[in-house]
Amino acid sequence: MNATPVTEQSTRPGVTPPEKQGTALSFLRAKLQQSLAFGTLIVLVIFFSIASNNFFSWSNISSILLATAVIGILALGTTFVIITGGIDLSIGTGMTLAAVMTGIFLVNMELPLIVGVLGGLATGALMGLINGLNIAVLKLPPFIATLAMMMIAQGLALVISGVRPIYFSGVEGFKTIALGTLIPGLPNAVLILFLLAIVAYLLLSKTIFGRYTFAIGSNEEATRLSGVNTRKWLITVYTVAGLFTGFAGVVIAARLDSAQPQIGVGYELQAIAAVIIGGTSLLGGRGSIMGTVIGALIMSVLINGLRIMSIQTEWQNVVVGVVILIAVFTDTLRQRRSIT
Amino acid sequence: MSTQLLKVSGISKSFPGVQALQDVQFELNRGEVLTLVGENGAGKSSLMKILSGIYAKDAGSIVFEGTEVDIDSPKTAQELGISIIHQEMNLMPHLSVAQNIYIGREPRTAGFVNERRLNRQTTELLKRLGITLNPRQTVGELTVAKQQMVEIAKALSFDAKVLIMDEPTSALTDSETETLFALIAALKQNGTGIIYISHRMEELRRIADRVTVLRDGRYIGSLDKGEIDIPTVIEMMVGRHIEEGARPEAREHADDDVVLKVEGLGTRYLLRDINFELRRGEILGFAGLMGAGRTEVARAIIGADPSEGGTIHVQGKKVRIGQPADAVAHGIGYLSEDRKQLGLLLERDVNTNILLASLKDYTGPLGFMRTGKGKQKSKGYVESLRIKTPSINSVTKNLSGGNQQKVVIAKWLARDCDILIFDEPTRGIDVGAKEEIYRLLNELVAQGKSIIMISSELPEVLRLSHRIVVMAGGRITGILDNEDASQAKIMDYATNVADEKE
Repeated sequence: MNATPVTEQSTRPGVTPPEKQGTALSFLRAKLQQSLAFGTLIVLVIFFSIASNNFFSWSNISSILLATAVIGILALGTTFVIITGGIDLSIGTGMTLAAVMTGIFLVNMELPLIVGVLGGLATGALMGLINGLNIAVLKLPPFIATLAMMMIAQGLALVISGVRPIYFSGVEGFKTIALGTLIPGLPNAVLILFLLAIVAYLLLSKTIFGRYTFAIGSNEEATRLSGVNTRKWLITVYTVAGLFTGFAGVVIAARLDSAQPQIGVGYELQAIAAVIIGGTSLLGGRGSIMGTVIGALIMSVLINGLRIMSIQTEWQNVVVGVVILIAVFTDTLRQRRSIT
Repeated sequence: MSTQLLKVSGISKSFPGVQALQDVQFELNRGEVLTLVGENGAGKSSLMKILSGIYAKDAGSIVFEGTEVDIDSPKTAQELGISIIHQEMNLMPHLSVAQNIYIGREPRTAGFVNERRLNRQTTELLKRLGITLNPRQTVGELTVAKQQMVEIAKALSFDAKVLIMDEPTSALTDSETETLFALIAALKQNGTGIIYISHRMEELRRIADRVTVLRDGRYIGSLDKGEIDIPTVIEMMVGRHIEEGARPEAREHADDDVVLKVEGLGTRYLLRDINFELRRGEILGFAGLMGAGRTEVARAIIGADPSEGGTIHVQGKKVRIGQPADAVAHGIGYLSEDRKQLGLLLERDVNTNILLASLKDYTGPLGFMRTGKGKQKSKGYVESLRIKTPSINSVTKNLSGGNQQKVVIAKWLARDCDILIFDEPTRGIDVGAKEEIYRLLNELVAQGKSIIMISSELPEVLRLSHRIVVMAGGRITGILDNEDASQAKIMDYATNVADEKE
């Protein structure tokens, strides 16, 4: 439509200067938040390098990256969910179920590698789809819907595996999915994390799917009234998160060369913590993939560094908890300022 | 003791940019029902908020039982004996009747709540008021009318001498209204003074001992029981000398295409048998008082709320609209009265908001956005609609009301909707920007778009609408051609006094 109406100049000029200032400031603040998380990461790396000689070595950095892979992949998917203002608690045990199903397909059913892996991914996506339907169609609160899915996935993983690990020792090439080195010195699991991060970045920043994700998180009802099928897009968001859960399941199975039905609980909270540290708002409408990647790195650098400094595991948890508090506090402080 | 309970005079109150009340006065005697009437925005609610201590008055005096008082907080009002029952209930649905009435004042034994005494106390109170209710029943299980009884009982448990009721019958059925009136009669016997706010003219005749009329925040006059006459009251509400503003040019609309036809539309709770047609190039005004169901009609048409029964034809074809996305697909755009909550993504930039409804037009293969093309389009609208914003990347929250409204309009123009439903298009917009919005609406219909305009401002309705649909109580009570319409006539239909006619 080109024939847009023309109207005369409003009778009130002079309203622009304060607005200009406001947007420039908020732009600066957004940059600051990004660089704040990045700065924290750098400070941590420098601190641990000084504190311990063993920290800044290629082998340790490589192991930090490897440790980041699983949490990082989970965090990428859940970033979309959190930007819509929702939450996904089922990604930890969902990952376990995806790993177990991959084991069933490859070890018990002896399906070809690619089919087994796709089956694992599909398991994750299916769980996400069910979450999405429960939330968008049945209108269950995301917390409840995914809490239930978390328990269902945990139970199913145990039942299907018979509470025993499934070993992939006979499956040719499965281990290399995580531990092979297409790029010398860099485990494939890390490569997968970076590739998925790029995909997630493109999805969130460059596609209509990302636009709607932000729009729903900013104001779901206004988005719905604008004629956007918010139900459909919410289902898609949870399905995408489920697909990332599937990737995490395959990667952790390959890294351990086995599907361990007992692990998984607690991964969801670490992933959510990474997203929050990365500056994504739990209230929805704000967040970035870059932030999530940095958040996940901050978590693993912290844990790795504390371990290298021989600090007890129990204390490591305390430190991570404090870091989350500081990160969220900084964020609310920033928001409070931007409201006035 | 004299019979005068309350004497209010010279009350003024202003908010930034608005003079809500100016030199308002009224009197209330013991055992009397004073009915306060006025159009939307006449200042009734502000006045009651001052009496109940929610707002502080700028000037004026309140004399309560012969002494001048300073009501500086809701607590002071309560202690004096002034209680208000708001339109929205303030009850806790999961607690019992007794727990609700005595919340915060529960009788205790050794620190524990004495439920027995609480219930006995409540039974006594209800008996005294002649209300039949079980003190142990959960409030959420009661009908709206019964809940209102609980509110009244709660107000009177504070020994209220003045009871303010804000449109108490708006959610009641006829028989429930009768029960309420019986209770009011009993309260009068006890000497309670009641200030009764209502839009319903027929209620005036039933219960009012006196009527006080407000208009535009000013005191217009009072009528005693013998003098109450509905046409007079309406005249006082809208003003005898309504300055006849500009009217739209008469148009031959009889043979224009019908772009939207609504038949027998209803909703579960409010709307009944809504029938009307919208023609190409027409502005169809929807007038009515608050709660008449105008916004509900719009929301039912676009599928934002479920409707029960009824058919909708768009451009002559019958359509099924289950959600707003369907309505938009048929070229119907809705501009909500609540721009900030329902119309805009306030935290996002102007560009995002303008393109929100039409993003699919700027999407390439694999869902990738064609950002440049979209931005160009947004810039075009910012220029042609003269949206005052530093750039299209500025956060929408920082724009003025008028410019925010233009962003919403741009959103629907970008989507190329042929039918636009404007709900209170100039609410919260200053006078200069209002004119601009009016001009815009006229230009849109000149281009062949069709507009439904819901407005509570009668001069606005008369100035822009070619035809006017008037609603009351969830029904259409009249459809008037602009030539035949006047403020008084619209108010007649809106207060449901005139006979129903097409």
